[in-house]
Amino acid sequence: MADVWGWFADPLEFEFMRRALLAVALVGVVSAVVGAFVVVRGMAFIGDALAHASFAGVATAFALGASIYLGATVAALATALGIAFISQRGRLRFDTAIGVLFVGAFALGIVIVSRQENYTVDLFSFVFGNVLGVSWGDLLVMAVVGLVVVALVAAFYKELLFTAYDPVVAAATGVPTGWVEYGLLAVLALSTVVALQAVGIVLVVAMLVTPAATATLLVRRLHHVIAVGVAVALVAAVAGLYVSYHAGVASGASIVLVATALFAAAFLLAPRRGLLARWLLDRARRRELGGAPS
Amino acid sequence: MTTEARTSVAKAASGIAVSARDLWAGYDSTPALEALTFDLPAGSLAGLAGPNGSGKSTLLKTLLGLLRPWRGRVELFGVPASAARGRAGYAPQADLVDWEFPVTVGDVVMMGRYGRLGLLRRPGAADREAVARALDQVGLAGLADRQGGELSGGQQRRMLIARALAQEDDLLLLDEPMAGLDATSQHDILALFERLRSQGKTLLVATHDLSCVAACFDLALLLNRRLVAFGPPAEIFTPDVLSEAFAEHLLLLPTEGGVFVGHHGHG
Repeated sequence: MADVWGWFADPLEFEFMRRALLAVALVGVVSAVVGAFVVVRGMAFIGDALAHASFAGVATAFALGASIYLGATVAALATALGIAFISQRGRLRFDTAIGVLFVGAFALGIVIVSRQENYTVDLFSFVFGNVLGVSWGDLLVMAVVGLVVVALVAAFYKELLFTAYDPVVAAATGVPTGWVEYGLLAVLALSTVVALQAVGIVLVVAMLVTPAATATLLVRRLHHVIAVGVAVALVAAVAGLYVSYHAGVASGASIVLVATALFAAAFLLAPRRGLLARWLLDRARRRELGGAPS
Repeated sequence: MTTEARTSVAKAASGIAVSARDLWAGYDSTPALEALTFDLPAGSLAGLAGPNGSGKSTLLKTLLGLLRPWRGRVELFGVPASAARGRAGYAPQADLVDWEFPVTVGDVVMMGRYGRLGLLRRPGAADREAVARALDQVGLAGLADRQGGELSGGQQRRMLIARALAQEDDLLLLDEPMAGLDATSQHDILALFERLRSQGKTLLVATHDLSCVAACFDLALLLNRRLVAFGPPAEIFTPDVLSEAFAEHLLLLPTEGGVFVGHHGHG
């Protein structure tokens, strides 16, 4: 019993672990809220793109000695607005435009970094995530940005829902769908910035997609998807961080792996939409009809 | 009061639901609609028919204010369509809907209230009542908690119509609400149309099914980029008019009672 208690309590002796726990919890909540829209609209690629593109901003801010969050935010927002503009006005295939934009921005980031004499672990912690290095100042920025994101989603929830479900009819009934599109992309950009330092550019998309995708297997109304997604993300974030502490493995990756395991469990065992439930139902139907069991 | 304003008021009073004058619209450089002029009386059940690419969807989008006319005017109850957003209920084609989306039937029908609610306001008791009424009217009262994917094809169409009804507008624009349904489900939907008309609604229904328009609709609007004919089906469904609208796509057989209409391939 003491061991179990110690497993949970011991890491909390360290201030960096307390900060890290707060940080991953924050990232989990914000990512899952926005992630619900990412999943139902099939925007995973955009989320990935924004995270990568923000690296250009991180690198530029680093080179100029400016705030790295400011740099990431500016780069992610600019890319988001670029994507929205191209999708509404452009002649390119949407995913092609995103591919061109984000790889270009990411490459720009690498070029800027490679010119730095003293580029350090500091900068590459944004690529792979370093939640143990989060400062109270970082936490404050993350909390404020996260709060803005969640407040915006709550305020415009019904417009976001209608536009996601049926943009043409939403526009016909007077919903300003153009603004909603820009707004959702901006919110997505901000949430990738929040997640950046905790899980790293490469894994941001997992925080956006995996908890919400798990939730869509379990519940069937969008606000329930958000609630369950937040719960899944919190469990994954806290459990993943503990596992990383005790096993001595990378924190971002172990958070993502716990989330992936939860997804796999839901995929197999979800009450109605899981593989097992569907197989049992199928077998029952066959029995009912007197056919051969498969 | 300007002359134009006076005509508008007169139109509203005399019960013209949709009025188009020399309406041109399209995408890029190709016109999809050319020089349409017609008046659709309020309270009618009208079929909008024409081959693929004849401009049916373009006309609906123009009426919804989603597409601005290149030239000419289009008004809903005397108000220009561009200013009348949210004045017409609209049900899109069912195959454009993501039936796996995590929303219930009740959630979808509630969307019909959003335009009326405006930004930053949550649905209240009046909205929930309007949703319940709309579901009741289309015969889905017990199914509000289902997900769209769990409904039959006919129930899915009726859900989309219920959302349009929840807007509580007098004009309903429906895009292919009967395509791909079996005879019983089609019959249910036609019965619903007649109930709605008897409540004073105006229905403009885009459809491929000419025999259905001929049998059950008051008016037919035959489109082939231009307005080929507009009037009661019995009067305008002549071999000449139909072959102009559909060219080689139709099979026309003169019979004792009139003209037999069949579609090539599956007619």
